[in-house]
Amino acid sequence: MHGKVQIVIASGKGGTGKTTLAVTLAARYAASGKQVALLDCDVEEPNANLFLKTEIRVTETVYTPVPRVDEDHCTGCGKCEEVCNFNAIVLIKKRPLVLPDMCHSCGGCVSACPEGVIYEVQKEIGTIEEGYGDHIVYAGGRLKIGEPIAPPLIKALKSYCFSADIRIIDAPPGTSCPAVESLRESDCAILVTEPTPFGLNDLKLAVGVVRRLGIPFGIVINRSDVGDNSVVDYCSSENIPLLASIPHSRQIAESYSRGDIIQGFQEIFPDAFADIMSFVKQYARSGKGA
Amino acid sequence: MTVKELVVISGKGGTGKTSIVASLAALARKSVLADCDVDAADLHLLLTPEILRETEFIGGLVAETKLDICTQCGKCAEVCRFGAILGNYAIDPLACEGCGVCVRSCSQGAIRMKDRVSGRWFISDTRFGPMVHAQLGIAEGNSGKLVSLIRSEARRIAEEREYSLIISDGSPGIGCPVIASIAGATAVLVVTEPTVSGIHDLERVAELTGHFKIKTLVCINKADINPENTKIIKQIALERKFIVVAEIPYDNIFTRAQMQALSVIEAGDGEAVSNIRTLWEAVKHEIM
Repeated sequence: MHGKVQIVIASGKGGTGKTTLAVTLAARYAASGKQVALLDCDVEEPNANLFLKTEIRVTETVYTPVPRVDEDHCTGCGKCEEVCNFNAIVLIKKRPLVLPDMCHSCGGCVSACPEGVIYEVQKEIGTIEEGYGDHIVYAGGRLKIGEPIAPPLIKALKSYCFSADIRIIDAPPGTSCPAVESLRESDCAILVTEPTPFGLNDLKLAVGVVRRLGIPFGIVINRSDVGDNSVVDYCSSENIPLLASIPHSRQIAESYSRGDIIQGFQEIFPDAFADIMSFVKQYARSGKGA
Repeated sequence: MTVKELVVISGKGGTGKTSIVASLAALARKSVLADCDVDAADLHLLLTPEILRETEFIGGLVAETKLDICTQCGKCAEVCRFGAILGNYAIDPLACEGCGVCVRSCSQGAIRMKDRVSGRWFISDTRFGPMVHAQLGIAEGNSGKLVSLIRSEARRIAEEREYSLIISDGSPGIGCPVIASIAGATAVLVVTEPTVSGIHDLERVAELTGHFKIKTLVCINKADINPENTKIIKQIALERKFIVVAEIPYDNIFTRAQMQALSVIEAGDGEAVSNIRTLWEAVKHEIM
């Protein structure tokens, strides 16, 4: 491959095999001599390193700004409550109470305060772990328990590992803010699904998102023999490239359960990546790289 | 009558939440169903609801620039923290959080906030009882607010029509929609699986339910895939005082039921089905 590429592995439905594909694809590229980075953007439930098993060398804490009011100088005018569109500041008996979990860190209250007595403090939202393995750099976010808002952590994570030839983003399930943040600015997307009613329904939602973001994409059908042909039919009617069909394997399910999917997967499905890799190749940006 | 609310979550996706919820609905006979997985709702595929009422969901606000008034001074781009101001000073609605900071920064009054239609929500009838569900728009946010709305509607219906139980299908993860779906519930049922990722995610969900002090029940699905890991899950449950209410073996009846738009309970019998029946008895015992 010439140039660099950022691939995002996504799906609407959870548990379709995103992480399995992300780690095995990373290993496949690494085996061909590429410098690969795997970014685990499923910060609510980061699982990729359970399979990659890189040794975590660095852990960085990620913060987001939230307001604090200097109460001694606050006049209780209520301007901050008025401008906050997230109900993150409420006035109780003319005293502002900040609800950090509601805050989107927009800074609106700070600039709105006529007395200039609102300032920002850093709130911890999670950590980013970085590890190194054979030709693979891993970076994964870990959202702090009880913290509702994941996108700022995902955004911070995506600034990691830019020097790699291939950046593989393991996205969270779903179609809302965390998934969108993970998908942004990728060169291409691989949507992993199952040939079942749930799989198809959620695939259509994911297709809607990648189309809206303008990201070229292809589809991988996992456990391709468990359901029916509806996903294959959908792909052909929508002209979506079908990049791989991976049949169900109890042996793979068992090795996944133990956390050692990488070797077994390549042994059982040696050809699974051929079409995926040639699809990805089309979207590599020219420039320095392998 | 007090209304009890059971919320089914999992941490990891694809462990079988929705299939379990439909099966509990079938066994309960009289409950209100709430699909709180608004990001990727699937419960309707098993319960084939007849929609009685459909309502737009206004998730928040979004900025809009009148480009003919805009003098391109660039102040909005300077104050926006979400990178939502595009090169021509139009707004990228996918990046806009709806904070309104740009509106106040604009000296020309060229930017205004408008309602953001983020999806639709429905009140329906199903063969097992009323159902409240939703469809979040493509790439829309504020799913937590929509989840809260669905739960409060489900509660209203339960109180009005004298139902004693609400069964909610939650979303994977531990973030905004999950927090919105479990806060204040009677109990949470975590559907997990004996895999390294299932265990890892269960531990994070456990911390979350501990954080909110919610009674937690555990169902181990595909328990025979890895008996060693099933033991580990039971140990975790014991340490955290969670009750393991069922172990269900791997069975393709889950997929077969889905293909027929049925709950597992309606699709046949066998060990998986009888263990789900045991699960329901145990859940009833714990929460009713």
